[in-house]
Amino acid sequence: MSAPAKLPRWAELGLLPAINLVAALLLSGVVVRILGENPWSAFKLLASGAFGSQDSIGYTLYYATNFIFTGLAVAVAYHAGLFNIGAEGQAYIGGLGTGLVCLWLGAAPFWVVFPLAVLAGAVFGAAWAFIPAWLQARRGSHIVITTIMFNFIASALMTYLLVNVLIKPGQQSPESREFAPGAFMPPIHELLGRVGIAFTATPFNFAFVLALVAAALVWLFIWRTRWGYALRVAGENAAAAVYAGISPPRITIGAMLLSGALAGGLGLNELMGAQHRLLLDFPGGAGFVGIAVALMGRNHPVGIVLAAVLFGALYQGGSQLSFDMPKINRDMVVVIQGLVILLCGAMENLFRGPLAALLRRRDVP
Amino acid sequence: METYTLIVLLLAATIRVATPLLLAAIAGMFSERSGIIDLGLEGKMLGAAFAAASVSAVTGSAWLGLGAGILTAVALALLIGFACITHRGNQVVAGMAVTIMVSGLGPTLGLAWFNLGGQTPQLDGPGQRFTELAWPWAEQARALPFPGLLYAELLGGHNLIVYLAAALVPFSAWVLYRTRFGLRLRAVGENPHAVDTAGISVNALRYQAVAISGVLCGVAGTYLSTAASAGFVRDMTAGKGYLALAALIFGKWRPWPTLGACLLFAFTDALATRLQGVALPIVGVIPVQFILALPYVLTVLLLAGFVGKAVAPKAIGVPYAKEK
Amino acid sequence: MTAPSPDPAPPALELRGIDKRFGAVHANRAISFAVVGGSIHGLIGENGAGKSTLMNIIYGFHRADAGEIRVQGRPVEIHSPQQAIAAGIGMVHQHFMLVENFTVLENVVLGVEGGRLLAGGLAHARAELGRLARDYGLEVPLDAVVSDLPVGLQQRVEILKALYRRAEILILDEPTAVLTPQEADQLFRMLARLREQGKSVILVTHKLREIMAVTDHVTVMRQGAVVAEVATRDTSLRGLAEKMVGRAVLLQVEKGPARPGAPLLSVKDLEVRDGLGMARVKGATFDLLAGEIVGLAGVAGNGQSELLETLAGIRAPSRGEIRLQGRDLVREGLDPRARRRLGLAHVPEDRLHVGMVARFPAQANAILGYHDSPAYNGGVLLDRGAILAGCEQKMAAYDVRPPNPQLRLSAFSGGNQQKLVLAREIDADPRVLLIGQPTRGVDIGAIEFIHKKLVALRDAGKALLIVSVELDEILGLADRILVMNGGEIIGELARAEATEERIGLMMAGVKAEGGV
Repeated sequence: MSAPAKLPRWAELGLLPAINLVAALLLSGVVVRILGENPWSAFKLLASGAFGSQDSIGYTLYYATNFIFTGLAVAVAYHAGLFNIGAEGQAYIGGLGTGLVCLWLGAAPFWVVFPLAVLAGAVFGAAWAFIPAWLQARRGSHIVITTIMFNFIASALMTYLLVNVLIKPGQQSPESREFAPGAFMPPIHELLGRVGIAFTATPFNFAFVLALVAAALVWLFIWRTRWGYALRVAGENAAAAVYAGISPPRITIGAMLLSGALAGGLGLNELMGAQHRLLLDFPGGAGFVGIAVALMGRNHPVGIVLAAVLFGALYQGGSQLSFDMPKINRDMVVVIQGLVILLCGAMENLFRGPLAALLRRRDVP
Repeated sequence: METYTLIVLLLAATIRVATPLLLAAIAGMFSERSGIIDLGLEGKMLGAAFAAASVSAVTGSAWLGLGAGILTAVALALLIGFACITHRGNQVVAGMAVTIMVSGLGPTLGLAWFNLGGQTPQLDGPGQRFTELAWPWAEQARALPFPGLLYAELLGGHNLIVYLAAALVPFSAWVLYRTRFGLRLRAVGENPHAVDTAGISVNALRYQAVAISGVLCGVAGTYLSTAASAGFVRDMTAGKGYLALAALIFGKWRPWPTLGACLLFAFTDALATRLQGVALPIVGVIPVQFILALPYVLTVLLLAGFVGKAVAPKAIGVPYAKEK
Repeated sequence: MTAPSPDPAPPALELRGIDKRFGAVHANRAISFAVVGGSIHGLIGENGAGKSTLMNIIYGFHRADAGEIRVQGRPVEIHSPQQAIAAGIGMVHQHFMLVENFTVLENVVLGVEGGRLLAGGLAHARAELGRLARDYGLEVPLDAVVSDLPVGLQQRVEILKALYRRAEILILDEPTAVLTPQEADQLFRMLARLREQGKSVILVTHKLREIMAVTDHVTVMRQGAVVAEVATRDTSLRGLAEKMVGRAVLLQVEKGPARPGAPLLSVKDLEVRDGLGMARVKGATFDLLAGEIVGLAGVAGNGQSELLETLAGIRAPSRGEIRLQGRDLVREGLDPRARRRLGLAHVPEDRLHVGMVARFPAQANAILGYHDSPAYNGGVLLDRGAILAGCEQKMAAYDVRPPNPQLRLSAFSGGNQQKLVLAREIDADPRVLLIGQPTRGVDIGAIEFIHKKLVALRDAGKALLIVSVELDEILGLADRILVMNGGEIIGELARAEATEERIGLMMAGVKAEGGV
């Protein structure tokens, strides 16, 4: 009776997250109401702002790309029983690696820059995750707290580097110089244009495809390889892992390295795909959105891609919304994000019990 | 400035910085001793800071602000309790969720209500802030460096909440070790089954504990926005909730050692602030970003170096179910 | 031991038609029985017979769907432990409900502190406990921290807790599981003393001998219902066993003589320390021979678990060697996976928490520890067909029900979960099999099956090491018996020379006879 109620797979993976999302949106509607705006028209503005045109769809998917990377990062750690709050910092430092490659390789062609930039992003992101992982595995330091601290430290480090080292000489704002075109991620509208499909120019770029590939690889890794199996065993039951000859500290470190590397993918989209330079705070909270995305997607790559698109829509629609309703700003999306994490992550039993009872009643003739 | 004065001022700054940390750490102690991980400290403080500044700005009363801060933080604490106690949800996730939600909610409401880009109005009216209490003859005593300066700057010259926080340490130690509530609180974090079979409601105890955490976070948040500064700004807690949690762990979940840990954090912070722009021998001027990052680095070092052997309440983080 | 004469006074505790369902499971079916005041009443039944549910209803953890509880003839409502305590019911749980880092005194007063401040209540409790200690012979150091006390004393603290709350009816759930036979005798003398003072005792156990030795009446439960209620003197061991299982049972394991061969596993001077640096295993030296079953006896907590885990590679020893196939597993630092590859399989004591992952499907559990074996892997990816087929084959061979490899393991009954773990380890065709508590949590029908499998494995020339706290099981299965006490292997007996009494004395720390 204490075990959580069991749901059929379709309800567990589809219906329950949907109900949680609706609940989060309803609560957000209450907040909108408190702000003195009409929730329904806010919702309509949001939806049309996210999906109403090619332009808005492009932006939605561009944001979603970031969230797929960070969502996968959180999910891989979660399967190993670790709560990685540090995707933000790992994406920030991972992006530094990508950015440095792009700056240093200057005029090299894309096919030279691209693999090195991917590699550098992954390595830098993984390196930033390694220290908290090692501290957790070997010293028992609480990884939630250390990864949060590493977010702050990453932020300080990047500010220092951008203000004092990487800044473009003779410029006021702390940004690097622009990358050479060889370091630009091909935009989707350009790729589509080559096969004769017209699409509005947006920052939506090839990194989205990379994110989907990453999602597929993560799925294969977690559910179809012995290493993924070991990772899940360690995450579910550390004692059983030791019994089976799986070392939980090694899994902790390995999972966090992979997690940090995935977070490091964000720079491919944000820096190479959109900004074309290193600048302050380019992850823009995507690391935290990743938590919501992973929890809502039930830590499954398919769910994560869908949830990432949804949050991309909230981000893009939210910008549109704050434009039309000056009382609402993009922080509203952060509220929704918090509510989704609360409902999908901490109160997942809230609707599960009643839903299970409802489905059972339907099954009984 | 002569060294003596410098040290006194540094210690006085330490006390001011330590106050919100200490309040939050003791708040966390009540929650965690009952078996509920308190990663919502940051969010509860931030929520209280916003509520206190808003109400004080509107009503002109810091005391009403304090009330609003406490109410807000308690409401958030009960929300975490609802998720973790009633619905047996993941405590780490619940704390993070509330923190993220509040970090968005404050600026959202602030923008709508005050139209200042998410901040609250500057609190500069009379009675809108908790200001330093003037101790008798403090000004005269200042002339006498020792012990006059100590009297004026270190003992005196703080606002009410600082003294409240100081009194909280012996008081919470007394509650924890000398009262029925304290005994039950310690027991429920170690072995809730024992508490349940002794005929005491585990959930009621845990709700009380998180509510106390809410009250203290409320005071801590109010301190941030109406005493230490004059209004709410976005993300003004800047990780203090997590530092407090680290101090609690470093203090092994006990009031006096936790006080020590908070003072250590605060001293580092105060020292770092003093060092800004000062040229040191050998290293020269330390970049401001590194100074700002110092408390976070210190937290990691403390957690890595000394806390490995800290024994947390045994049942912490485990939702209670009657069935084994 | 005589039963009290029939008395017109109402029974101390009476259950009338207690009924309880958990979903589809009918845990208690219209249970009725009465406990005569001033008697010791036994309640026996197999795992899953519904004893625990019934006790939890009496103690207010669960609410019955129907039925009535009467105390001293008066109907009482018990919906919480608080109400049970108020009704004069005390319970000593199998897993002690003690706060380990509290003192004895703090544990006793928890919940009955007698005021908002502790000082007064503690002083009162100190005086009262002194009186109880005199009246019942229950001496315990009041200011000792519970985790420093041996289990026998911890159990005494639990009894004191109940008496301090003025319990008239004391329920003990499997109280001898953690005791030596001698300590158990001491406990039974204590219970007799309580009976003399007019208290009533309910003894919940699955050990028939205890029922025969100390109870006045016995109630037998099977599949949620009472199947017999008799005066103990009117029944026999075999009669009770058959009522409990519902058919004739073999109390003896059928096996031929052992034909021991060459040593397969050699342990030399093995020392194991725990996290605090305390030696838990002190200089263990022994061989496991091909074709024999060695039983490792001892009271729980005397180092058997640590020894077993060290052999399996879960713990690292601080000294000594373990040789298998000419290789020193300690010096090479081989992990459990590497040991499995060398033919060392392990069925852990705590199968539910260590030997399986409850939320994984059965087929994922059927490869745990063998997940990187070539049999289950293609180049990079797992071979799902092989995994499924392997699981189906094991389920068929061990009669695991339902035979559905996709089902989450937590959806199987305890006995079926055990069978799957056993199937996994035995089917790997090990040279040496380590088994902790082979039949803990398994019903009698499955016990026979498991014992037959183990004997067959022995006869196929494998070496088996069995750790069990059930002396009956050791005596029934083992060809050779090692006894542990305080981390030392204190003695070794061939099966022919082993008696329960001799082993019991060794378990209590008395070396060979003649010596101390």
